[in-house]
Amino acid sequence: MATVLHGVGAATALSASKSIDSRKFQLPSRRSLSERKGSFLVVRSDGRMVQGSRALRAEKLITNAVATKADTSAASTASKPGHELLLFEALREGLEEEMDRDPHVCVMGEDVGHYGGSYKVTRGLADKYGDLRVLDTPIAENSFTGMGIGAAMTGLRPIVEGMNMGFLLLAFNQISNNCGMLHYTSGGQFKIPIVIRGPGGVGRQLGAEHSQRLESYFQSIPGIQMVACSTPYNAKGLMKAAIRSENPVILFEHVLLYNLKERIPDEEYICSLEEAEMVRPGEHVTILTYSRMRYHVMQAAKTLVNKGYDPEVIDIRSLKPFDLYTIGNSVKKTHRVLIVEECMRTGGIGASLTNAINENFHDYLDAPVICLSSQDVPTPYAGTLEEWTVVQPAQIVTAVEKLCQ
Amino acid sequence: MALLHLTSSSSRSNLLKPISAALSYSPSLRRSISSSAADDSRTFTIETSLPFTAHQCNPPSRSVDTNPKELLTFFRDMATMRRMEIAADSLYKAKLIRGFCHLYDGQEAVAVGMEASITKKDSIITAYRDHCTFLGRGGTLLEIFSELMGRQAGCSKGKGGSMHFYKKEAGFYGGHGIVGAQVPLGCGLAFAQKYSKDGTVSFALYGDGAANQGQLFEALNISALWDLPVILVCENNHYGMGTAEWRAAKSPSYYKRGDYVPGLKVDGMDVLAVKQACKFAKEHALKNGPIILEMDTYRYHGHSMSDPGSTYRTRDEISGVRQERDPVERVRKLVLSHDLATEKELKDLEKEIRKQVDEAIAQAKESPMPEPSELFSNVYAKGLGVEAFGPDRKELRAVLP
Repeated sequence: MATVLHGVGAATALSASKSIDSRKFQLPSRRSLSERKGSFLVVRSDGRMVQGSRALRAEKLITNAVATKADTSAASTASKPGHELLLFEALREGLEEEMDRDPHVCVMGEDVGHYGGSYKVTRGLADKYGDLRVLDTPIAENSFTGMGIGAAMTGLRPIVEGMNMGFLLLAFNQISNNCGMLHYTSGGQFKIPIVIRGPGGVGRQLGAEHSQRLESYFQSIPGIQMVACSTPYNAKGLMKAAIRSENPVILFEHVLLYNLKERIPDEEYICSLEEAEMVRPGEHVTILTYSRMRYHVMQAAKTLVNKGYDPEVIDIRSLKPFDLYTIGNSVKKTHRVLIVEECMRTGGIGASLTNAINENFHDYLDAPVICLSSQDVPTPYAGTLEEWTVVQPAQIVTAVEKLCQ
Repeated sequence: MALLHLTSSSSRSNLLKPISAALSYSPSLRRSISSSAADDSRTFTIETSLPFTAHQCNPPSRSVDTNPKELLTFFRDMATMRRMEIAADSLYKAKLIRGFCHLYDGQEAVAVGMEASITKKDSIITAYRDHCTFLGRGGTLLEIFSELMGRQAGCSKGKGGSMHFYKKEAGFYGGHGIVGAQVPLGCGLAFAQKYSKDGTVSFALYGDGAANQGQLFEALNISALWDLPVILVCENNHYGMGTAEWRAAKSPSYYKRGDYVPGLKVDGMDVLAVKQACKFAKEHALKNGPIILEMDTYRYHGHSMSDPGSTYRTRDEISGVRQERDPVERVRKLVLSHDLATEKELKDLEKEIRKQVDEAIAQAKESPMPEPSELFSNVYAKGLGVEAFGPDRKELRAVLP
């Protein structure tokens, strides 16, 4: 069963039974953790459960997990249909579960401790875990990212938060040279299980320097993995998977998506770091997207469906490496590809993805790959101008119509 | 235990001479020196050549306790390092070592003195001039030469090179090419030590050139705030590549630049002074947080093998330092003046070391180059696995472990 999401904030509509979940979000997770210590399950993007996934540590796995959406009343072990929360709360839940589970996990960043996090992702954690596990740093990205990497070399699992992804440019040397390369140049001696996360993307008139998309800058660093979350469900899953991964992972969040609400399962689950998510299966055209543009695409999809098109929407989630398997299967089915992204036109994720598709699936394409990306300009402050730097649903509709001619 | 001062009476030394003479007939010279020294449980107290200069703390005393075994180990280790670096010089000129090769000869006292005061559980991280520090941490000559020549037997399997030596089990964290980037890493190591409540410290070494990097001060600020057991050691060889320290730093007193962080200036060519300072620093860091040590040292070679080393300094300066302050000579004089070994024994020891180095080089030359599949190994770590499949998932695009 595919997990389907239609548009921003419409996730709540999916839970047909709006049973008020009066319990606070923390309690269910703790209960499920204590019952099933060390076990977890993987939900694949198409809703199938995978047992003994190729990727995960071989601990006890739940093989009969529960689908979260109320429209599927599949056999479930849990009687509760899940709990509703916002995306930043989902991130926090994932973070908290991992910090409970493994004492080596710590968080460092600006204002993550006593302030609670500039986007409330770490609120309450400092009171619970103390100052040594949730660390407020001074404004010194280069050095505290370096310190996180140094700590990771010894076996700690730090999560470095950039208050805004753009600030991590100051730590680029540490991320590129030390984080990405140390496992290789030491001949495998050091593992760097660090997670670097933070919000990026174009917000509401934040100005050019605070609206940067760094996926394009980091994508060619060898040795790191990049993932982008877009819903509370995959935010929590990706956060947990990133923390458990032995590799350095950069988790891209988006400033405008923090208040998305969705119902997520009570059980512990993680999302695979290298898999794409099938948002809406279709026949006519494959639309590849990630992060906030997913919602623009789904909005355009509504219009397209009314016009008679059947787009297949895939949220690629994994920006490095690309999940060419899922993407390839889709391309082989529809033969037309549209990439919608918020990254810059020059050298962005879309540019790399276009190249990857052309290289691997050239024979299956009926039309050239169209890539809609942000304009190559610094993001202006004025609202109308800012709107036109990113891809709008109307443009997506036009592009699909052009592709399907 | 009898204490011998520099102005000792000759009675004790007369006793030693016949013993060493008798033992010199034994087949292994090393055995003779070590057995006489091992039987000898005397502790010396030797004064360092220069007093320590302190900033915001009380300097340790100038009198350093040591014993014959330790002094001979110092000599042996430093002579090995010296020979190793000179051998690396000739290997570079023979084009067996390529790229960058930064040699440490002249600075051996820092590596050896530091090792004498700490355990393998303490961590050391340094920049690219890391061959001798690696040796001090327990690396073997074979690993060093193989890595320099890019062979499989190298410590990083041939994939790191001169600037990327690591030895995790001995607490040696490298080996870093970008100037100054290792200092935040070192503070991170100290953070992990504090987190795990190990009771150990981290030494983050950097040079006078790196002392002007901003990330150093950022990391120092955070370390002082969080009371991390980190010791920042500035190996001041007075030249940042081709730029003299007075041209690069407005304030070349690197031990004072921590401002609120205490500092100590040490004669880096005197291995006993280094040992004393590191011991003092370790105690200080575990109680009070970070401290800066400035080691006043000197490198005979240029910055790297591509730098002749004479365009920005005079040959007289280099030979002057070699005459007056050479660390190996200093220990040799100490050993001889305390009659721990004869001149001949030390020469034979040096010959033996030379032989060991030559053997290691020969063995390293025989080690094969890495397999082609090694190109893709260790890019990612296994676990939550990264397997780069091709688009059909049937074909593996790259062979990753």
